[in-house]
Amino acid sequence: MQKIGVFVCWCGSNIAATVDVAAVAEALGKQPGVVYATDYQYMCSASGQNLIKDAIRDYGLTGVVICACSPRMHEATFRKTISSAGLNPYMLEIANIREQCSWIHKDREEATKKAITMGTAAIAKVQLNTPLTQMKSPVTKRALVIGGGIAGMQTALDIADAGFEVDIVEKKPTIGGKMAQLDKTFPTLDCSSCIVTPKMVDTAANEKITIFSYAEVENVTGFIGNFKATIKQKPRYVDAEKCTGCGLCTTKCPSKKSLNEFNMGLNTRTAIYIPFAQAVPLVATIDPDACIKLKTGKCGLCEKVCEAGAIDYAQKEELIEREYGAVVVATGYNQIKPVQYEEYLYNQSRDVVTSLEFERLMSASGPTAGHLQCPSTGKLPRHIVFIQCVGSRGTACREKPYCSKVCCMYTAKHAMLVKDHYPEVECTVFYIDVRTPGKNFDEFYRRAVEQYGVHYIKGMVGKVEQGDGCLKVQASDLLDNRQLHLEADMVVLAAAIEPDPSARKIGTMLTASMDTNDFFSEAHAKLRPVESPTAGVFLSGMCQGPKDIPETVSQASAAASKVIGVLSKDFLLSNPCIAHSDPTLCNGCSQCQNVCAYGAISYEDQMVVDKGVRETRRVAVVNEAICQGCGACTVTCPSGAMDLKGFASNQIMAEVDAICN
Amino acid sequence: MQLNDTNQAVPAESGAYKPLIVAFCCNWCSYAGADTAGSSRLSYPSNIKIIRVPCSCRVNPLFILRAFQRGADGVILCGCHPGDCHYTTGNYYARRRMTLLFSMLDYLGIERERTRVEWISAAEGAKFAATMNEFAETINRLGKNRKLRDLRCEI
Repeated sequence: MQKIGVFVCWCGSNIAATVDVAAVAEALGKQPGVVYATDYQYMCSASGQNLIKDAIRDYGLTGVVICACSPRMHEATFRKTISSAGLNPYMLEIANIREQCSWIHKDREEATKKAITMGTAAIAKVQLNTPLTQMKSPVTKRALVIGGGIAGMQTALDIADAGFEVDIVEKKPTIGGKMAQLDKTFPTLDCSSCIVTPKMVDTAANEKITIFSYAEVENVTGFIGNFKATIKQKPRYVDAEKCTGCGLCTTKCPSKKSLNEFNMGLNTRTAIYIPFAQAVPLVATIDPDACIKLKTGKCGLCEKVCEAGAIDYAQKEELIEREYGAVVVATGYNQIKPVQYEEYLYNQSRDVVTSLEFERLMSASGPTAGHLQCPSTGKLPRHIVFIQCVGSRGTACREKPYCSKVCCMYTAKHAMLVKDHYPEVECTVFYIDVRTPGKNFDEFYRRAVEQYGVHYIKGMVGKVEQGDGCLKVQASDLLDNRQLHLEADMVVLAAAIEPDPSARKIGTMLTASMDTNDFFSEAHAKLRPVESPTAGVFLSGMCQGPKDIPETVSQASAAASKVIGVLSKDFLLSNPCIAHSDPTLCNGCSQCQNVCAYGAISYEDQMVVDKGVRETRRVAVVNEAICQGCGACTVTCPSGAMDLKGFASNQIMAEVDAICN
Repeated sequence: MQLNDTNQAVPAESGAYKPLIVAFCCNWCSYAGADTAGSSRLSYPSNIKIIRVPCSCRVNPLFILRAFQRGADGVILCGCHPGDCHYTTGNYYARRRMTLLFSMLDYLGIERERTRVEWISAAEGAKFAATMNEFAETINRLGKNRKLRDLRCEI
């Protein structure tokens, strides 16, 4: 029988307000095996931890039960505590009497009773705990970064700076991401290209970084320190080694009607294309859906004009296997296509654009070379209406419940840029709230209102209609409580931001959890914001939630430092709560081997002594370095030979008994 | 047991009868979902007791039978959404096993509604609380589980 100590935490008033902690300690003190029980204000504090250590020494405790917050919060903390007092760290059980008791119940008596039951179950379990030792597993000293936008590039550069190899996998033909498409950045109004393109060049020039552009991550297996990824290199039909990026092919290509993705479909490109002049790698790519040669076999003009002989119509998709110690997700975002918002006429009028499209219209590298003109007429607009929160902060099913965060600032930027170049153009912004938290952000917004004379009207636009040579905007001014009927030449929609659609597949592949909006979840909302709950997977940029460029870059560097923390270790300690087989019970049926998702179980002939008989039997053996401890094999095993350390069948049965008693 | 006009068991709030419910929750999604419910202060009945398991596939049908034998009135198993299992495929095994177990329990006379499998992610605190409230209400309506109980427990 164990000598168990029970420690009941008040968590200030978080637990103590609803649970009578003294009564819990007293009741649990009477349980069989418990030699010491107490309560304390903050068990996780230094003095609380000392109290536990002292009790372990004074009472010779062999098992510890802590009734406190969720084990997901402080299990690791308390394992260290008891370990420093000489106890095996796995001789600990936590009863979650905060998240799963005091915070959800209001009745003190009821909550106290439940806390006692939860404590009793933990005591019953710890009675059966056995000391466990962590295994060492080696670390592959290379990182995978999925996505080559500003988040992915910054993460890769920081990891490479620390001396580790990094692979960037980018699905588009060039790295650079959305930032390369932006005209200017807030709140400094500096040119986006001028700051992002040098980063792109740095990334490509860094000898520690390998860029797989026009490639996708097809599959990832393994675990922290030992990931194996399959990268699908899509065929460019151009030999990237030979192509010099001269662009001659793009001037000769007769298929000219594909929408230009870089310009948000506002103009067209040829079938063989270089996304933009500063693309990295600067090589041409053939769009197989548009290429006449690939579709019909006739044409081949690009091959004829290419002096480098880089065109290769026979290029095939290639699968590349690589090993990694850590994975960073930097899959970024998209702006929603506001096609469901018929009231704004987005589908029907070319003069209604999203803000990212407007960004391209304002950009010197855009379809109009930076000259502002209405897409339908080519004339300078007289009045532009900006509509905020299109698809954000809503409750209807077509809307996102969250705030897209960057729209207030970029709209102020757009209005200022318009005013800067064309002071005679009127700008009106319809908003629900103006949100400008951030360094120099509110000053920036006030400058738009006070210095540039941008009209800000609190209220939503109800309808945009096609008028005679202009757009008619119907809106309400909530502060003046009146209806407005305005005439505008252009309407710019601050459409909501959503995670890139590829994120869901990658999340599933990495078993990294996502929230209901498909943003990646962090391991802890406050304390572990760049880590995914899945060990070895880190988050960078918009894939975790809307954020602006400085925030993205800070998070990218934070993720990099976490990756460096993993890669700088030669060995990682693995979770010892893994499966093991009892050779005397194993009947060699192979069923456990079939259900194991990791291939951790093999069979070997072993000398088994069973009931005094020595014989060689074919029995299951678990590879401790590979087993992840899910327990699928334990339930499959018909002979009951397989069990899981830390969550053994008798431990769970003891919990069931304690709860149902 | 007291019966009211609609011939249903008296709700738990009246204090007459409180069913005992065991919830097996996987560590990565549903247990975290229960924590999220707690952080959001979303309440559900205190007679639901959670047992933490690494994965829904760790739940042996024997655990569920044991719970019923020892007097549980309902058992719910919660795991990650299909496709989101931390261990890739564990919840699929759980789903198949529970399909078999529940049909066997049904055959034994344990009502279908007493057992349930739900997929609840770490972010779905509201779903966790709503599921538990709804399940408790269902078990309440069914009343006490008398089949499969270890008769030696009763005096």
